Amino acid sequence: MDLAAQTSGWLLDPGNWQGPNGIPYRLAEHVALCGASLLIAAIVAMPLGLWLGRAGRLSWLIVSSTNAWRALPSFAVIGLLIPVTTAIDPSLGFTLYPTVVAMILLAGPPILVNAYEGIAAVDRDLVEAARGMGMRERQILLGLEIPLALPVLATGMRSAAVQVIATATLGGTFGFGGLGRYIVLGDANHDNGELFGGVVLVAALALATLAVFRLAEWRLVSPGLARSPAT
Amino acid sequence: MRARPSDTRAASLEFRHVSKRYDRGGDGPGAVNDLSFAVPAGAICVLVGPSGCGKTTSLKLVNRLIEPTSGQVLLDGVDVMTQEVTALRRRIGYVIQSVGLFPHLTVGRNVATVPSLMGWPARQQQARVEELLGLVGLDPARYRDRYPSQLSGGERQRIGVARALAADPLIMLMDEPFAAVDPIVRERLQDEFLRLQREISKTILFVTHDIDEAIRMGDLIAVMEQGGRLAQFGTPRDILAEPASDFVARFVGEDRGLKRLSLQTVANLRVEPLERRLDGMPEFGPATKLRDALSILLVAETRGGIALDETGRPRGMVTVDAIASALAEDGTGPGRVPADR
Amino acid sequence: MNGEPLMRWDWVAAHLDSIFGRLEQHVGLTILAVTIGFAISFTLAAVSVRQRRLYPYVTLLATAVYTIPSFALFAALVAVTGLTVLTAEIPLVLYTLILFVPNIVAGFDGVPADVLDAADGMGFTRGRRWLRVELPLAVPLIVAGLRLATVSTIGLLTVSAILGDSFGGLGYFILDGYHRHFTTEIIIGGVLSIALAAVADIGFFLAQRRLTPWATARAAVR
Repeated sequence: MDLAAQTSGWLLDPGNWQGPNGIPYRLAEHVALCGASLLIAAIVAMPLGLWLGRAGRLSWLIVSSTNAWRALPSFAVIGLLIPVTTAIDPSLGFTLYPTVVAMILLAGPPILVNAYEGIAAVDRDLVEAARGMGMRERQILLGLEIPLALPVLATGMRSAAVQVIATATLGGTFGFGGLGRYIVLGDANHDNGELFGGVVLVAALALATLAVFRLAEWRLVSPGLARSPAT
Repeated sequence: MRARPSDTRAASLEFRHVSKRYDRGGDGPGAVNDLSFAVPAGAICVLVGPSGCGKTTSLKLVNRLIEPTSGQVLLDGVDVMTQEVTALRRRIGYVIQSVGLFPHLTVGRNVATVPSLMGWPARQQQARVEELLGLVGLDPARYRDRYPSQLSGGERQRIGVARALAADPLIMLMDEPFAAVDPIVRERLQDEFLRLQREISKTILFVTHDIDEAIRMGDLIAVMEQGGRLAQFGTPRDILAEPASDFVARFVGEDRGLKRLSLQTVANLRVEPLERRLDGMPEFGPATKLRDALSILLVAETRGGIALDETGRPRGMVTVDAIASALAEDGTGPGRVPADR
Repeated sequence: MNGEPLMRWDWVAAHLDSIFGRLEQHVGLTILAVTIGFAISFTLAAVSVRQRRLYPYVTLLATAVYTIPSFALFAALVAVTGLTVLTAEIPLVLYTLILFVPNIVAGFDGVPADVLDAADGMGFTRGRRWLRVELPLAVPLIVAGLRLATVSTIGLLTVSAILGDSFGGLGYFILDGYHRHFTTEIIIGGVLSIALAAVADIGFFLAQRRLTPWATARAAVR
């Protein structure tokens, strides 16, 4: 098929592997910003979720977060952040900032909700038994509650990662760089090789991330725990 | 299996006018009211009573999961409130009804929980785990690397006991540990536990709602009633023969006479001389409980049965009357070994 | 962008027709995708319930598809279907699979075995039992799946605006506004698509409550 030839041609062209529009650069851009957003979201959402879940407080916040996350189309979120960013600083509205902020905002809820649910699901009897045996509170959190909540926590991180990669890709339309840019440029220049090269790269990155997270889950979660029911 | 020197620690326990009130003072459920009793080292004391009588609360007062409003809980004469709480808890073995094995750790790591918290060297932990698994009747090689989710209820209970014994505690607290298994497994676990206790002689505070279990397991029984009050404290024989109140009498049941018979065995029975040995006369080994012997005699076609001694030779004749007399002789029979050893 | 106000209501007033048109398009395409997706998913789920061994493969495939960012998938479809309704609908349908199938399977799995036995004992045929007993009990989770899928589709539909001016429903405004540096359009597109998703979410939530007075539904975050 002509399309396959065009795509592989584009992917294999050494010229496309150099410079600021080159594959390594865009890939690094995409991964780095995804990673950074995920990290920031996790630093805020994970401890908050763990703390709230342990105390059993503010469950309405969790429910609202779940709903909000489901109902917010990332396209709309990035879109709406543009006027917001513009209002703050007109020169930034059409650069990568709306996308990055959207990534952080959209990564937050899955991490928060799953941290809450994961910790809240730990059997209180076990915690009391541990306390009765002489474990200190911090030992209980780190040695018992978190390992038991890990399957659910990991699912949350994985959902957030998938979400972030997709949002970053979308950002290619809105002035963010990354792999999504190839799709946009390919479309503008009627260069099918570039467009589908971008598609292939994005899909590969997404699937690779999924695989990496699944692998990490498999290694980190104790074999003594049943597999988390959510995919 | 001989008791090892590492397993001889046991402390005495005393409750001195201990009360626990929640907010609105008085007789709320779970409250404890002026509880006083003493358990010598090495004895099993069973806290028994209906739901809400405060028995589990009393248990938790010992390892300070709950703290008393007034009164003192003394371990070897020392008030538990004066000790550092985490260090105290690591010296106390704690077994709860659902066992509470950590699902994400192997059996070996579970058993080694407290030794690990106390910083024992790895090799010592390993050795102790093997010793304990053997003690509770499980093959270390087979069980050490398994996970709790792969085990049956009975196996989990045993590991729970092993875990509680791991750091050679001064006292064991057990909250309905055998309630979650079916009756056949429960009886086996009770027997094995009693056998274990004969070897290691720990001081044990055991909570149950089942009066039969209390009689079976306890050297001393504390019957509690609603409102967290102590209704009676004494040996199983005392509770059954001389219930201190209507409540206790009702709680132990109308058949307390029969229950007392399960405290005595054929070995201690005064037997009549054996006149004639007829066919079909049931035979009783020395360890047969009088209650079971009575039950068999009541449906036998002969007038009596044969008591055997340890070597299997006939010792004399057992009759229903003889058993009834044993019951009537208040407390002069050996019965259970009294707690002051 | 100097001095240009963030929101120009006169533009909105002048373009109400076009706004409603896009809204209609959005709703229509969502319903289409969800319906087709449901039909396919239901079949897959029914097969998975019978043939357990297939289930992990079905989930794996659906997960893989869902993981691929919609942006890329829409762009990829162009090669296959050119620029037609299918270009947008096919990915949307595929994205609903991972949301529907586990919920439908869980719905049927959740029917207690003793209830089934009781039904058999009362003389239900397999067919009637499925219709009168299993299906009603599976409904809560099925509706949970519908809720997830509908809200997700509403969101993903906006992305299809990248395919061209006649696509994207309300997403058209977001993209067009971006290209023209016209924030009013972006805001209209964004706020309305979020509002639509919220309305759908609440609508299904209420439906769930009406249909299952005996249970509360709680779906894990995907």
